[in-house]
Amino acid sequence: MYFYICVAVMAVTTYLIRMLPLTLFRKKITNPFVNSFLYYVPCACLTAMTVPAIFFATGHIVSGAVGLVCAVILAFCGLKLPAVAAVSCTAVLICELCFLGVGI
Amino acid sequence: MNRSQKTREYVSGLKNASFVGVGYFAVSFGFGALAASKGVSVWGATLISLVNLTSAGQFAGLTVIVALGSLWELILTQLVINSRYMLMSLALTQRLDKSFTAPKRMVMAFFNTDEIFALSMQRQSPLTFPYMLGLGTLPIIGWSAGTLCGALAGTLLPAFVRDSLSVSLYAMFVAIVLPDARSHRGVLICVLISALLSCGFEFLPLLSSVSDGVAIVLCTVIAAAVCAALFPVKQEREDD
Repeated sequence: MYFYICVAVMAVTTYLIRMLPLTLFRKKITNPFVNSFLYYVPCACLTAMTVPAIFFATGHIVSGAVGLVCAVILAFCGLKLPAVAAVSCTAVLICELCFLGVGI
Repeated sequence: MNRSQKTREYVSGLKNASFVGVGYFAVSFGFGALAASKGVSVWGATLISLVNLTSAGQFAGLTVIVALGSLWELILTQLVINSRYMLMSLALTQRLDKSFTAPKRMVMAFFNTDEIFALSMQRQSPLTFPYMLGLGTLPIIGWSAGTLCGALAGTLLPAFVRDSLSVSLYAMFVAIVLPDARSHRGVLICVLISALLSCGFEFLPLLSSVSDGVAIVLCTVIAAAVCAALFPVKQEREDD
């Protein structure tokens, strides 16, 4: 029950954020600080969710670190989103298989 | 607008957003696998994607839910992380004419994601309601179906494979942030501050007692506010 209430609350909150400005407001935001703040929100929150959580996403910190380093290098080299995800994922899988092989 | 014009507009929207639908499938596959690895049911994970249609917000919401956080924490997390949609919706209002009545605006608000927003702002000719519906259709299907498949794969596969798959979502986040961080100094500093703070909340004695959802919100607000003050962004960037 807790789960479904949470999902409903999440959905309504997200919807209102999208819907209210679209139906109520007609003017543009002119405050440069507010504009800049909203511009930085996505990268700040994506980073906070990735680090350090990625280290604990698998059974071993090392394989999580391999995934992160892999993603950073590939993204830095300009690879597209799905490619970065697929390769990092495979690297982590190989890492985990190695751990499984040596029995850690 | 007559019927055939409406159909043409709708199909044009479908076509323009088809690659977004495919991309969403891939991203939400990772979300499905992650949700499954955290013990959420296949149906539950798919439901989250179907009614939310947002990557970062869902992910943070999932973090709060599996930690059995409070509803206030959940609302606060969504408000902060999805605040960018407010700006996008605001920018979108500038492009809508009188044919967009309140009910139509309420429908299209549901699928105002980063990518669909970008597509609608790119269009040279005036936006129409059928076109907007066309833009939203395939991304919603791709997003929900991807989660369903990811959660199924996550339930059927052994734990270590499932864990590895869940890393794809984090890798995707890195791939979203890094190109901007490379070309924009403000973004790079913002990423570094946020990562540092986030580690602080995980490892420092007093800070680690703060719940995960609140920690994400604090990291986001502090890093974004510091960078907004130090590196203000020029006005036209909001249309990116």
